[in-house]
Amino acid sequence: MTASTADHPTRRDFLFVATGATAAVGGVAALWPFISQMNPDASTIAAGAPIEVDLTPVAEGQDIKVFWRGKPIYISHRTKKQVEEVRAVPVSSLPDPASDQSRTKDGHEQWLVVIGICTHLGCIPIAHEGNYDGFFCPCHGSQYDASGRVRQGPAPLNLPVPPYQFVSDTKIQIG
Amino acid sequence: MSGPSSYQPSHPALKWFEQRLPIIGLVHSSFVAYPTPRNLNYWWTFGAILSLMLGVQIITGVILAMHYTPHADLAFKSVELIVRDVNYGWLLRNMHACGASMFFLAVYIHMFRGLYYGSYKAPREVLWILGVIIYLLMMATGFMGYVLPWGQMSFWGATVITNLFSAVPYFGESIVTLLWGGYSVGNPTLNRFFALHYLLPFLIAGVVVLHVWALHVAGQNNPAGVEPKTEKDMVPFTPYATIKDFYGVTCFLIFYSWFIFYMPNYLGDADNYIPANPAVTPAHIVPEWYYLPFYAILRSVPNKLAGVIAMFAAIIVLVFLPWLDAAKTRSNKYRPLGKQFFWIFVVVCIGLGYLGAQPPEGVYVVLGRILTVLYFAYFLIVLPLLARIETPRPLPNSIADDVLAKSGRKAVATAAVALVAVASLFAGSMGEARANEGTETPPSVKWSFAGPFGKFDRGAVQRGLKIYKEVCSNCHSLNYVAFRNLAEPGGPGYSVAQAAAFAADYKIKDGPNDAGDMFERPGRPADYFPAPFPNEQAARSANGGAAPPDLSLIAKARSYKRGFPWFLIDFFTQFQEQGPNYVNALLQGYEDNPPHGVTIPDGSYYNKYFPGNAIKMPKPLSDGQVTFDDGSPTTVAQYAHDVSTFLMWTAEPHMEARKRLGYQVFIFLIIFAGLMYFTKKRVWAAAH
Repeated sequence: MTASTADHPTRRDFLFVATGATAAVGGVAALWPFISQMNPDASTIAAGAPIEVDLTPVAEGQDIKVFWRGKPIYISHRTKKQVEEVRAVPVSSLPDPASDQSRTKDGHEQWLVVIGICTHLGCIPIAHEGNYDGFFCPCHGSQYDASGRVRQGPAPLNLPVPPYQFVSDTKIQIG
Repeated sequence: MSGPSSYQPSHPALKWFEQRLPIIGLVHSSFVAYPTPRNLNYWWTFGAILSLMLGVQIITGVILAMHYTPHADLAFKSVELIVRDVNYGWLLRNMHACGASMFFLAVYIHMFRGLYYGSYKAPREVLWILGVIIYLLMMATGFMGYVLPWGQMSFWGATVITNLFSAVPYFGESIVTLLWGGYSVGNPTLNRFFALHYLLPFLIAGVVVLHVWALHVAGQNNPAGVEPKTEKDMVPFTPYATIKDFYGVTCFLIFYSWFIFYMPNYLGDADNYIPANPAVTPAHIVPEWYYLPFYAILRSVPNKLAGVIAMFAAIIVLVFLPWLDAAKTRSNKYRPLGKQFFWIFVVVCIGLGYLGAQPPEGVYVVLGRILTVLYFAYFLIVLPLLARIETPRPLPNSIADDVLAKSGRKAVATAAVALVAVASLFAGSMGEARANEGTETPPSVKWSFAGPFGKFDRGAVQRGLKIYKEVCSNCHSLNYVAFRNLAEPGGPGYSVAQAAAFAADYKIKDGPNDAGDMFERPGRPADYFPAPFPNEQAARSANGGAAPPDLSLIAKARSYKRGFPWFLIDFFTQFQEQGPNYVNALLQGYEDNPPHGVTIPDGSYYNKYFPGNAIKMPKPLSDGQVTFDDGSPTTVAQYAHDVSTFLMWTAEPHMEARKRLGYQVFIFLIIFAGLMYFTKKRVWAAAH
């Protein structure tokens, strides 16, 4: 629409540019609600609030699966042997180097809390399976140790540790 | 869409593409170079407005479908969750619901414009008939869409409209059963209506393509109704028609936004905020305003089958209009008699719309019959006759002559005034139908949340919450309100911690636990207010046979007749507070001794504001019953005010956000409309 050249700005140019710019601003602003509505709604966010899990029923060597924000969380009560094994592994030899200490809470090293979603393509690994006494993903054969660290297979990263803390010695809050 | 394109791409890549698929050329010849009569007025911008509305309805509709659950038990709730929880869900729903009304308003203006200027005459008969098909598809789509929220009007509207087909001789009952997918309107009906409501707009879009195609073959009609002769009669579509259409669209958006942000329920029916109940029919079944004229025709005919035939005939007659009106002169501008009869016909249609909203009794029935006869007489007697007896005024030689003869541009003002007047008339006639037998009209209270800048009085919402908790919640549920809502902006103004503490006072049933048992735990912010009764039967039996209604939406689910001229004034003053006025009045409307001559059955109480006066709820509040920390008076009047404010908030928790965004949108649109006006003037300066 702007027929005249930039060398000779006229009132006509200014009017057309101002109208066009206002239309562009309005159009972009009007897009926002249509994009924002795709995000989790208020009830989904509220349902994703932290949960508390009682650890007393979980005996040594056992593990439980709880759900938080629709994701399975493995809570493993590890044996001394498992803890010693994973702590003995040289960190630098791992595909995704991380110490077991950094993945557990001090004073509660028998407890491993990880999100049970394979970092390869999102399947759920099976606990107490595989060559490392940890997790084995049946989809594409990724193997994790008892610290949830990837040891073998196509998965690029360790099983993530969700945000959690110990409310008491026998209770954790996830989230 | 009119012959080979003059479009010559200069870029080699575009040239390559154009030789293989000449789509840019198609767009160029249809919407850029396409010659358009230079004397088109603003009534012609409604084509663009309708395209916009179809787009808005499809986009918002697809988004709403992402959040909606088409199930009889969940549909109503899912709509409430869209409005309450989805980001901007309230905006999208208002856009879609008000958008339906705007779509019909625009289509009616578009149709009346075609009628006035004779746009249906040769060579545009097929164009007109395609338009009638679009209109029929729109009516079907609008009806099925109205069923989806599964409120009382949805359910009973579906029942009444599908029962129209039971008038068919011999097969009627079978057809209705087929439509329902059951022995009554139910979940299968809702599911198929949802599927069809999603499908039909795309059929409309397809027919719109044919409509535009036919338009571009025959060329546009124009106010003078003479065919273009020379190039001087025409201007290219872009920039002339485009900029004018955009300006028209912008003005229409201002009107549309008035409803979206300030009057979202003005065109709706309060009864549709009551969940569908197959056991109770609302006192007055009224369709949406855009069906009212045809509804009036249906009811005017005393025979069931004949009524249905008359109603459908009222639309089908439009198909034959090009042949019924044999006059050579197109535009009513040059038809002295045709013009008068046209305006009489417009009044007849508005009158039918008004009557469609009235109870079918007394003078309304007689008037309805007269107007029905006049409606058909216009098409079947007046138009054929006029063609023989009328002497038209001389036509201008050409469109260019018509432009030169033109005086002033009052089209914009006329358009705006007519738009508002027609809309408020139709909409207002809706409100007329509210039941109001033998009960007093609740007095209007000055609410803090009324008007374009209204905000909730935080103190009143907090006190209302306290009254609800201590008194109302013994019998009434608040199913759609969660404790977390108490900490959301625009509500009672509590902090997240306060809301969590409030929630923790409640015992919430949860489970099953690992042993398979249900258990009770303290409430969390994500929990909803627990209901006082486990199910409706328990609520009913504990309350003398009348289940106390859920209060979440009560402030939007109750209304009363406003009457003429208030419904017109309400459109401008944004009066929307019938619900809180009613709740406030009801709580104070108890009288120990009913007036002389009024008998109240045992187990009921006299309330002067309750429809029928006999209410099952005993007087719930008395002075001093609830104490306040902030020193507010502990009187029934104060309680009623505070509870009503609280219930208005529970009915519409995002009201403040709605009004605030509306304010911003209005500032933007007014500035933009101003810029568009001057841009349009500048562009057209060369053509005039």
